[in-house]
Amino acid sequence: MTDVNLPDYKKQSPEVKDRFERLKQRPVTMEVKGLTKKFNGLHGEVTALKNIDLKIHKREFVCVIGPSGCGKSTLIRILAGLEQASEGQVLLDGKAVSKPGPERGMVFQGYTLFPWLTVKRNIMFGLLESGMDKNSAEAEARQWIELIGLSRFENSYPHQLSGGMKQRVAIARALANKPKILLMDEPFGALDAQTRAKMQAYLMEIWKNIDITVFFITHDLDEAVYLADRILVLKANPGEVQELVEVPVPQPRHPDQFLSQEFLATKKHIEELIHPPAEETDDDHLNLVRMVPVNDDVGSVF
Amino acid sequence: MSLFTVNKPLDRRSRTLVALCSFGLPVLLWCMVSYVPFIWHPDMKVTDPGSVSYFRNDMLVDKEIFYNESATAEENGTALPQGIPANPVYLPAPHEVVTAFYTAFTTEPQRRSEAWLHESLWSSIQVIFWGFVISSIIGIPLGILAGTYDFFSRLFEPFIEFFRYLPAPAFGALAVAILGIYQAPKIAIIFIGTFFQQVLVVANTTRKLDPALLEAGQTLGAGNRSMLFRIVVPGILPDLYRDIRILLGWAWTYLIVAELIGTSSGITWFITQQARYKNFDNVFAAIMMIGILGLTIDLLLAWIGRRLFPWQQSK
Repeated sequence: MTDVNLPDYKKQSPEVKDRFERLKQRPVTMEVKGLTKKFNGLHGEVTALKNIDLKIHKREFVCVIGPSGCGKSTLIRILAGLEQASEGQVLLDGKAVSKPGPERGMVFQGYTLFPWLTVKRNIMFGLLESGMDKNSAEAEARQWIELIGLSRFENSYPHQLSGGMKQRVAIARALANKPKILLMDEPFGALDAQTRAKMQAYLMEIWKNIDITVFFITHDLDEAVYLADRILVLKANPGEVQELVEVPVPQPRHPDQFLSQEFLATKKHIEELIHPPAEETDDDHLNLVRMVPVNDDVGSVF
Repeated sequence: MSLFTVNKPLDRRSRTLVALCSFGLPVLLWCMVSYVPFIWHPDMKVTDPGSVSYFRNDMLVDKEIFYNESATAEENGTALPQGIPANPVYLPAPHEVVTAFYTAFTTEPQRRSEAWLHESLWSSIQVIFWGFVISSIIGIPLGILAGTYDFFSRLFEPFIEFFRYLPAPAFGALAVAILGIYQAPKIAIIFIGTFFQQVLVVANTTRKLDPALLEAGQTLGAGNRSMLFRIVVPGILPDLYRDIRILLGWAWTYLIVAELIGTSSGITWFITQQARYKNFDNVFAAIMMIGILGLTIDLLLAWIGRRLFPWQQSK
């Protein structure tokens, strides 16, 4: 990024500052304490995550970003209980988490809707598991379907829906269980840019109106800055916390803010964290120049 | 050429045409060999024995012998035998086999205790049905368990891997000793031939279920029982159904061996019996009936499958 005159990303307007003060007063929904994860790889033990500490407050929106291989996915899978930490603890409302449960809803990148169930039945799945009777579950599922605007597709099977629609159903399915926290693992990664923007706006809308805390993994800087209250920046090998960035862009967010000073400053800062300029090495660029014959008619593309 | 583009489906008309050729070409070949004399026809069919003492009308004689006898008769100045080129008795012409499809059903059994063709066919279908159903009732649940829980996989699969290499017909004598000589040992052979493959195939299919679906289920609060009955089982159903169709085809291949065990019965008995009487048109018809029956059942199951699993994307 060329150097334009951007303010310091740490400079927050009084309103934003005040909001973060209040945010940190809220009760802690999920706390990660000294979390370390080691794998036994082909070349001995690999530390995927090292000493992660994080407090997620009630109704906060936290994004995680980092270079590939920084253990983002491992982190969210441990929070969901799908994998076990080697050291450290994950606490939900003060209680340690060890296995998956409906109080931590999860949305995966690959949709993972049950293909043999209709939209309605997919959303009813968790409700029935929690012991709700069929009629109430159906009524409840209908409300969710209405909320995500898919009433026309109530009885459709997942393969009849577009990617964005599938992900809406997946979000509703997770939220129907009334989880304390919604874990999202690159949920919009497979969607095209337009659908993704729509889904982001849509998720903000849900987050504003429903009592939910969101923990959101992404590799898209714009997405992270646009959605998050705070951004957890990880670095790779081993996956460690590099910085917990407080996003100075005022809430509520709007697409117009994409070009605001605060937005660009934050983006620039995180960009530098993930791809430090000094680290550009010589062995990582194309070496084709002499191998590809150049058409002399056009001497230079510039 | 457009017919040979890699991985591109043919258009509707060509597809039907090529599929017809799939049956048409073998039949055409058979017709040529049967109706065009100079292609093969190694025998002579005697139409008039002439002076050859052991020739009879409609008797099939090797061409060389026929011409030798004919030459001898010419030398001696006696009446010449007459004949037309013919194929050996074991290769009946298509029209004879087609007629046999009808006459085989109306041919009365040689002895009163013996079965008519429809009774033989029905007996075969019962053997296949019971062998396959009993195998499936035990094999499918075991396969699903082995595919879902590593515990059951380690418990069942090593032994089954070993057992499936033992050829099912090898158990014939044992089956007769234990189960008697009638239908039971035959059903047992079909069972042995199907069961062990079935457990392994079903276990494999179960393991191929997208693990993300299981994880999604866990994060939605599904317990162990729900995971099995509300995710694993419905998740694999379409693939399981396809496996069963393939396995049923295998079961048919064990039929002939199974029916030779104990008292020979069913379609196999009919075939061996007709071969003994040199009614090879009936033999061909009976063999083809097995093929037609198998294919019909498979097409029927495929048709039912498309209606059973509306969530399957058409491929």
